[in-house]
Amino acid sequence: MPTPNARQPVPGTTIFDGEQARKGYALNKMCYSFNDAANRRAFVENEEAYCASYGLNPEQRQAIRNRNVLQLIRAGGNAYYLAKFAGIFGLDMQDIGAQQTGLTKDQFRAKLAAAGR
Amino acid sequence: MATIVGTITTSHVPAIGGAIAKGLQGDPYWKPFFDGFPPVREWLARVKPDVIVVVYNDHGLNFFLDKMPTFAVGAAPEYRNADEGWGIPTVPPFQGDPELSWHIIDSLVGEEFDLTTCQEMVVDHAFTLPMALCWPDLKWLVRTVPVCVNTVQGPLPSAARCYRLGQAIGRAIASWPGDERVVVMGTGGLSHQLDGERAGFINKDFDLQFMDSMIGNPAWATRYSTTELVELSGTQGVELLNWMVARGTLPERVRKQHANYHIPISNTASGLMVLEPQG
Repeated sequence: MPTPNARQPVPGTTIFDGEQARKGYALNKMCYSFNDAANRRAFVENEEAYCASYGLNPEQRQAIRNRNVLQLIRAGGNAYYLAKFAGIFGLDMQDIGAQQTGLTKDQFRAKLAAAGR
Repeated sequence: MATIVGTITTSHVPAIGGAIAKGLQGDPYWKPFFDGFPPVREWLARVKPDVIVVVYNDHGLNFFLDKMPTFAVGAAPEYRNADEGWGIPTVPPFQGDPELSWHIIDSLVGEEFDLTTCQEMVVDHAFTLPMALCWPDLKWLVRTVPVCVNTVQGPLPSAARCYRLGQAIGRAIASWPGDERVVVMGTGGLSHQLDGERAGFINKDFDLQFMDSMIGNPAWATRYSTTELVELSGTQGVELLNWMVARGTLPERVRKQHANYHIPISNTASGLMVLEPQG
C-alpha cells in the first residue's frame, strides 16, 4: 500500500488531484473515448494501435495490458474513466473492488454487506 | 415568485440503471433500495413541481479533464442522455427551462459565483437515474435545470462553498417572477470508495450523522475539508457535496418527509431524503 504523505494522507487512497490529472491525461482520454461503441470495438480489434493513437506512456500501456486497476491508478487513471475501460470486459464495480483488495468477488460483496451491520 | 417546495437527495450509482433494465426492483438484493421510492413519488404527486433543479456530478460524459468547471449550469432547451460505455439503456430527453436557467445564472454570477454556462449538455446517470426513480415510466412531467458540481478532479469546491452555492440558488429561485413550484434534487453518495486498496470503504456512522445533520444542523459537514470528507466517506462519498448544495436551497428549519438508508447497492451506501421547508 502506498505510504500516506501530506498530499495523499488517506491510506490506500490516491486522491485524483492536479498531479494525477496531469500524469493520467492520455490514459483517461483514451478511457473517455470508450463512451463511443465504435471506439470500444476499435480497441478490442487492435489494442496496440488504439493505445498508440492516444500516446500512452509505457507504464500506462503495461497497466492496460495487465488489466490491473491499482497499476492503472498509479499511472494516473481516474476511477470514473477506468470504469469505462472495465465496461469493455463486462466487469462491474464489485469485480474491480475485488481485484484491488485481493479478495474474491463473493468476499468483497460480503465485506460490503458487513458494513451495513 | 417561484417557490422551492422541497428537496430530494439520493444516491445515483450506475448499477441502479442495470437493475431497472433487468426488472430487479423486487429482487431481495435491490428491494430495500427501491422500496424507498414510492413515498417519494407520492410526495411528488402531492407537491406537483413544475421544475426540477438537479444538482449532480458528471462522470466523464459531458465534461472531460480538458475543461473541468467547478460549477456548471445548463441553459439548454433540452438535455439528452447518451452511452457512458457500460451499456445501461439511455432514457428519453429532458425538457429544459432556458429562461429560468439564465435567471439563475444571472443571479449566481451577480453573487460572485463564477460559473460555466452550457447551452448544449448531455446528462449522465447521476442526473437520469434519480429522475427515473421518481418517474419510472420515464415520462418526465417537469422542466429541468442541471447544476453540475466538480467532484471528480481536485481541488474540489469545499462543503462550505457548496452550501453557500445552494443558498444562492435558493435566493435566485425566490426572485424569479414566475409562479413555478420547484424541487431541488441533489444526487450522489453516500459513503463509498471505488478505487485503491481502500476500495469498498463504507462508513455507516458518518452517513447517519450526515443525514441527521441535513435536518437540524445543515452546516455540520462544512467543518470538514474535502480531503477529510474523502477520509470519512470515501473517494466517491465526497459526492455528498451535491447534497450540500441542495440542502442550502432550503431555509434553516425543515421538515423531514421521508428517508431511507441501505447498505449496499453495488459498492455504495445508499441514502435518500425528502425535506420540506418549514416556516
